[in-house]
Amino acid sequence: MTAAGPPQGDRPLGGAARSAVRGERFNYGWVTLFYKELLRFWKVSFQTIAAPVLSALLYLLIFSHVLEGHVTMYDGRVNYTSFLVPGLVMMATLQNSFANSSSSLIQSKMSGNLIFVLLPPLSALDLFAAYVLGAMVRGLVVGAGVFVVTVAFNPGLLSMPHPLWAVGFALLGSAILSILGLLAGLMAEKFDQLSAFQNFIIMPLTFLSGVFYSIHSLPPFWQTLSHFNPFFYMIDGFRFGFFGISDVAPAWSFGVVALAAAGLSALTLKLLAGGWKLRL
Amino acid sequence: MSAAAVEVIDVTRRFGAVQALDGVSLNVAPGEFFGLLGPNGAGKTTLISILAGLTRADRGSASVLGHDVVRDFRAARRSLGVVPQELVFDPFFTVRETLVFQAGYFGLRKQGAWIDEILHHLDLTSKADANMRSLSGGMKRRVLVGQALVHKPPVIVLDEPTAGVDVELRQNLWAFIRKLNTDGHTIILTTHYLEEAEALCNRIAMLKAGRVVALDTTANLLSRFAGLTCRLVVSALPAAWRSRVVRREGRNVHVGLDHPAELETLLAALREDGIAIEEMALAETDLEQVFLRIMKQPDAVARGEP
Repeated sequence: MTAAGPPQGDRPLGGAARSAVRGERFNYGWVTLFYKELLRFWKVSFQTIAAPVLSALLYLLIFSHVLEGHVTMYDGRVNYTSFLVPGLVMMATLQNSFANSSSSLIQSKMSGNLIFVLLPPLSALDLFAAYVLGAMVRGLVVGAGVFVVTVAFNPGLLSMPHPLWAVGFALLGSAILSILGLLAGLMAEKFDQLSAFQNFIIMPLTFLSGVFYSIHSLPPFWQTLSHFNPFFYMIDGFRFGFFGISDVAPAWSFGVVALAAAGLSALTLKLLAGGWKLRL
Repeated sequence: MSAAAVEVIDVTRRFGAVQALDGVSLNVAPGEFFGLLGPNGAGKTTLISILAGLTRADRGSASVLGHDVVRDFRAARRSLGVVPQELVFDPFFTVRETLVFQAGYFGLRKQGAWIDEILHHLDLTSKADANMRSLSGGMKRRVLVGQALVHKPPVIVLDEPTAGVDVELRQNLWAFIRKLNTDGHTIILTTHYLEEAEALCNRIAMLKAGRVVALDTTANLLSRFAGLTCRLVVSALPAAWRSRVVRREGRNVHVGLDHPAELETLLAALREDGIAIEEMALAETDLEQVFLRIMKQPDAVARGEP
């Protein structure tokens, strides 16, 4: 502190008269929060990017070692390892999108520094955009990382018949999980509540969505049930981009996923605008 | 006509069974150094939270420089800088990053020069690139003050900024905040250190159980209970004087006197009861005694004229 003693004669301390209201033309506020969200996971990228890429690679090595040659997909048109790659890419994308927004929010809540985001003039949409886009970037970066390492084992996958479908489903899927992460982070008051959400909702929906199998291999009851799992449409549609084959028509899947994204966005924005669990 | 720096009209807020605020109204004029005093749980932090948009009022309204904190929240929050009571920080970032982000949340970019100035005035320049985790409690507190100033708010609210801060830092912090006030910022302060409030604030509101029980200039509050306090060390006190005890500290009993002549009556009463005086001292009424007397009044609302 150098301000001790009588007021010093150096520069004025930004008197009230200088408090110009700026930033009206472009809302730079949410962009800053978005950037902070990126920096947050980037500073610990070994844990947030490298680790999930490695575990996806382990899944691929082990499952393909065990099942390759025993199992073929889509009536023998696709070998199992190739089938597995898009599933693992999507799974990594979804899980990391969820992990980013949910853990950022719960950490800020638990440590109390969420107040730094609540005091500035950030609207519900600002908060939504920053947290969701930040989480999407993390999910997509990890997904891309998994894609790069797994494609090394299957160069044939690079000749995708419908890459735009794959990109579309990756974007929507990561958006949905980022929003779910935001919701879970808002809802949870403790870390264990968040991990319950993750372990009892997100994980089962992901694993039962057809990451490791085609739902056509399931008994009819489970096939029907899978159609109620929104994650199934994300992964099935994503896979269509790779093979031009899917369990459900991609346009139908896209419709379901887009609708889910729109519904969740509307719900989350409404909750944020009402200050649910944020502004008491 | 210029808008009040802060205007609170009949604000009520209940948390479950606790009536945190019960119809609070007050006005703070631009440029004031305003004190918000009251015991723990009186509703000070709830009132600040409502001003800052962290909590919503059940009833009533609040505005900062004429901007309603709910309807016109962007302008209201731009006008307000808040130093929170809790020592919070984001462990992922350095001091400078923390300040740059905070400015950015307010829509301000390229604030490097201003941030350097804040760091300089808070004596944090050498810590600019240190991680928040590595800072001492006092330094973290100063970063919180810096974060409240990054957007140059005309109105600054400090919620017990000196709780747990050592004497030297406290003195420096007050010098800095006084300078902000002379530069034109309106300051609203809550503190437990009543001598600080007495020295700094022009006007004071006292809250008790969610109500304003006193609202007046510091000078008027002090003169309202003009008189003396007599500190005694005695074995007992005459029955008639027991209700006049302002405070007890160990063996010390502080007795309030409305005017100096009462001292004679007190001494006479002691002599009559045959009570020996071991120690005795007289003191002018200070804010602490005013505070204690007001808090003791059952429900009397000692509201000053505006």
